[in-house]
Order: sequence, then structure tokens, then C-alpha cells
Amino acid sequence: MPSLDMESSTALAVTLLDLHRHYGPVRALDGLTLEMTPGEMVVLLGPSGCGKTTALRILAGLDTATSGQVLVGGKEITRVPANKRDMGMVFQAYSLFPHLTVVDNVAFGLKLRGVDKRKRLARAEEMLALVGLAEHRDRYANQLSGGQQQRVALARALAIEPSVLLLDEPLSALDAKVRVQLRDEIRRIQLEVGTTTLFVTHDQEEALAVADRVGVMKDGRLEQLAAPTELYNRPATRFVAEFVGLSNRLPARLEGGSAHVLGNRVATLHGSAASGSGRALVRPEAIRLERAEDGNARVLTVAFLGPISRVMCTMDDGETVLVQVSSSLGATLTPHDRVRLTTGDDAVLVVAD
Amino acid sequence: MKGRLVRGLLIVPFAVFFLVPLLAMLDFSTRDGDGRSGRAWAALVENEQLREAIISSLLLALFTVVLMVVLLVPTMIWVRLRVPRASRMIEFLCLLPLAIPPLVIVVGISGVYAWVSYFLGNSALTLTFAYVVLVLPYAYRAVDSSLASVDAVTLSEAARSLGAGWVTVILRVVLPNIWTGVLAAAFISAALVLGEYVFASLLNFDTLPVVVALLGKSDAAVSVAASLAALMFAFVLLLLLSFAGRSRHAERT
Repeated sequence: MPSLDMESSTALAVTLLDLHRHYGPVRALDGLTLEMTPGEMVVLLGPSGCGKTTALRILAGLDTATSGQVLVGGKEITRVPANKRDMGMVFQAYSLFPHLTVVDNVAFGLKLRGVDKRKRLARAEEMLALVGLAEHRDRYANQLSGGQQQRVALARALAIEPSVLLLDEPLSALDAKVRVQLRDEIRRIQLEVGTTTLFVTHDQEEALAVADRVGVMKDGRLEQLAAPTELYNRPATRFVAEFVGLSNRLPARLEGGSAHVLGNRVATLHGSAASGSGRALVRPEAIRLERAEDGNARVLTVAFLGPISRVMCTMDDGETVLVQVSSSLGATLTPHDRVRLTTGDDAVLVVAD
Repeated sequence: MKGRLVRGLLIVPFAVFFLVPLLAMLDFSTRDGDGRSGRAWAALVENEQLREAIISSLLLALFTVVLMVVLLVPTMIWVRLRVPRASRMIEFLCLLPLAIPPLVIVVGISGVYAWVSYFLGNSALTLTFAYVVLVLPYAYRAVDSSLASVDAVTLSEAARSLGAGWVTVILRVVLPNIWTGVLAAAFISAALVLGEYVFASLLNFDTLPVVVALLGKSDAAVSVAASLAALMFAFVLLLLLSFAGRSRHAERT
């Protein structure tokens, strides 16, 4: 692995402060505040139109906030044009300059900075080695696969030693296998160079896999910003619970800070309804399934997904429940089998009906 | 194999259709009594009026192309990158000369040309302004299709994020990727200007087509030789264009 000049000590903190972006009556950003620590990778996750790309573009200087502030390393850059911001960006669409070779693409930003030819070529080659494409230096963009093009784009963005790295759904145009490979590679490289990174995606698996912290966005606001495990296990809102991972919405009765779900008593998460009845948001893997003739549900379908299987069941009261089991157990189940479903010990979020 | 045969069979009538008149022109322009001579072709250089007309037309073509490229290309790139909502209006304005008969345009601009002649003199080169308008529809189409084939917005944003200012974005990122379209616009414009008669004739300027038409009444052979030379020049331009397009394509594949 090539040695890099970039050290995490040079990484800068990023702050988006009460950002608003209005397009006529549409509020793409509605008071977004986000603080990133130096060297951290934050992933903004959310459905289309939630404002995640707008936030990234405002940070890049490619869009202008209606109000609010952008600070990098404590310095306000809200009105600084994109070409003076010193940020590296990888786009969703392939963005390599078609008239330049791979190495010239990577060296482009350095050329603009007046770095002499020998140094910039050396740096470009170093970056290409980092993304594993050193042998493709003299090719053109149309001679590379989609995954290779995005790697070169990443090398190009990193070559200028950016203060912040911005990734705008860089994997969404790639096929599933390449997406996973490149996703892991992006994380490896980010950890190696230590650049503060904002990654935007609508793919929750991608977000959970690479992020230090994930920010779930809805209607131009952050719903929750937390480490992947916390976000998954302790969703702060109904939207987060439903958007991240699969969730069953099971009838629950609240009583004294806990909830009765599937006949079990479980703790409730902060943000749950206080009393009365509601719906508990329970992950498929948090439900236990066992064969039992006197059980409370019946198997509808079994979907084999490699190491795990997803079993769709119907409760006796008509509720449909999705359960995740090991494939060894899944293989023994057939439609119409009687089973017993119970919840685990994990706390659940209970929302009003 | 079958496809090649069909192509071969198709090309023969087309070649005959285009080549026979050209050969007839060559034959007519080299006839001298019962024999052959290059008198008419030599007159292209020796006949002062014709020589000046050729130089005028070539300069007109050059100036028109330069002014068209300078005006149209940055405007189209800017509209695509920064004000896409204005693209309809630009398209409408650029295609307008196609909808208005040249005669009507000439009548409309003759008053303006009185002023142009007053300020810039009575040179045929002042036709450049009118010709830029005339070639707009064709040049617009060529540049527009080229711009549509690249994701200019993403490329410019990538360049901006790497530190490029707008001039660098246009000159070093977008222009090299639409070069074939700009070249096509330039060649088509040059070919149009070399063959334009209505504007020049009605505004009383002696360009090549006007002089060729005049000569046709006194010395038909010289007139035909000049026409053939102009046709061949335009043909060479278009041939160069197709080669330019092909070589750029080849270097990337």
C-alpha cells in the first residue's frame, strides 16, 4: 500500500448550522444542523427528496443555502464559491473528463493548483495505486467499467488532499456485487487518509456498513444522528425505525414504562407513547419463532436468503408478522405449520396507533 | 456479405447522381474549341474581379465562423450550465432565421446596413454580421447535439469542485468534449457562406457566388470553373469534418 502524505491530524471539523434551502414553496432543507468531527465519516440517509443531496451540494458550494451557515475547520465558508472550497467530490453520475486519460483526470486538480508536472504525475499515480488502478493510467473513461470509473473519480477527489471528501451516492449506478466491494474500499481508503467525509445515500445497508455516524433525514431535517448500531437498535422516531431495516408493527399495551407485545413484557425506548395501546416496532430478528402445535401463529411463506430465512406468519388474531430465522430452522418450516412467536428482551419503540 | 453488396449497389446510383454533374462541369470548364485547355481555371487566379471575390468569400467564411464560435458556443455552454430555463428561448432565437425567408431578412436589414456601411465602410466583409445570423440555425443544431451527448453539468461541477473557475470549465472541460460539434458548426457555416447569394446580391456586395453569376452571362466556362472549385472546397471541408469526427471517436475506443 502506498504511503500517503495525508494524515488524520489535518482533518477538519464540519458544521452545518440551521441550513434552510427553499425552492419556492418547497423546503428542501428546513433547519438542518449537523456537526462532523475531524476525520469522521457521516452518512446522510433518507428517501428521495429528503434534502440529503441538497445538504451535500450546499457544503460543496454547488448550491446556495437560503439561510444558515457552513463552517469548515471553524471558518465560515457559506458564500465561498465551489472552486475555492478545497473539497473533493465523487458524483452519482460518472464524471470523469472523457477527453483526458485516467492519470490526467486524477492530476487535473493538481494542474489547476500549479503543481509541477513531475510531482502531480507522481501524486496521481500514488492515488491510482491507492484505488488499485495503477495499470489503467493511460486509458480513457469509456474504456473503464462503472466501478473503475468511480474509483478513478475517488482518486481524483483525494489527489488534491481535500479538507472534506463528499460522496454523492457514488455507488448507486453500480451493480450489487461491485457496490459492496467499492463500498468497503471507500471505507478502507477513508480510514487510511483520515479525511472528514460526508456520504449521501438512500441505501440503508450501505449507510450502516461504512458510517461512523448515520444521519437519517426526512423533510429537510435530521430525524436522528447516531452510530449505526444505536440507530438500528434504538431508533429515536417511528420514521427511523421504519426506514432503517425491516419492522413489524405489532399491537402493544403500555403499562408502567413497559409494553406487552406478543404476550411478553419488554422495555420501551425513549420516544415511545406513555400509556394505553399502540404499535410496537419490532425487527424481524428480534422475534423468536418455535414450532408448537399450541402456538399463536401459522406459517404463510418461507423465503430462503442464504444464511438466513424470512418467515411470514399470520397470528391467530389476523396480524401478519415477519420473522427472521436461521436457514437451518427455516428449512424445517412449511406453509400452514403452527408456530409460537414471542419477542426477545430488546427494548422496543411503541408508537400511537 | 449481403449487406456489403446492397451497400455497393446503393452507392452506385448515388455516386452517378452526384458525380455526373461535377464531371460535366469539369468537362465544360476545360473545353476550348475542339480541344482542351485550362484557360477558365487559370482565370480564377488571373481575373481580378473573380480573385477578389474568392478572397472576399474565404475571408467572410473565416470571419463568420470565428464570430459564430465566439458568440454562440460560450452562450450555449453557459445556458446549459447556469440558466437551463433560457434554453428554449435561445433555441427559438437561433432557429428563427430558418423560418424567415432570406429575402425578407435582407429587406429588413438593408436599412441597418446603410449604417453599417457608414461606420465600417463598404466592404463585403461587413456581410459577416448578416451571415452570422444566417448560419445560426445550422451551427446551433450541431453544437446542441454535441452538448447533449456529454453530461456537461456534472463535468463542470466535478471541475469546479477540483478548483476550476468558469473560464477553465468552459475552455478546458466542456469545449474539448464538444469539439466535434463546434468543428461541424464551423464547417457547415463556412460551406453556407461560400454558397450564399441572396444577401450578397441584394446588398450589392461582390462575393464569389455573385461574381460567378455575373461571369456566367459573359464567360460561362470561367463561371462553371469557379462554381466547381467552390463546390469542391465545400466538399473537402465536409470530408475533413467527417474525418475529424471519426478520429476523435477512434482515439477513445
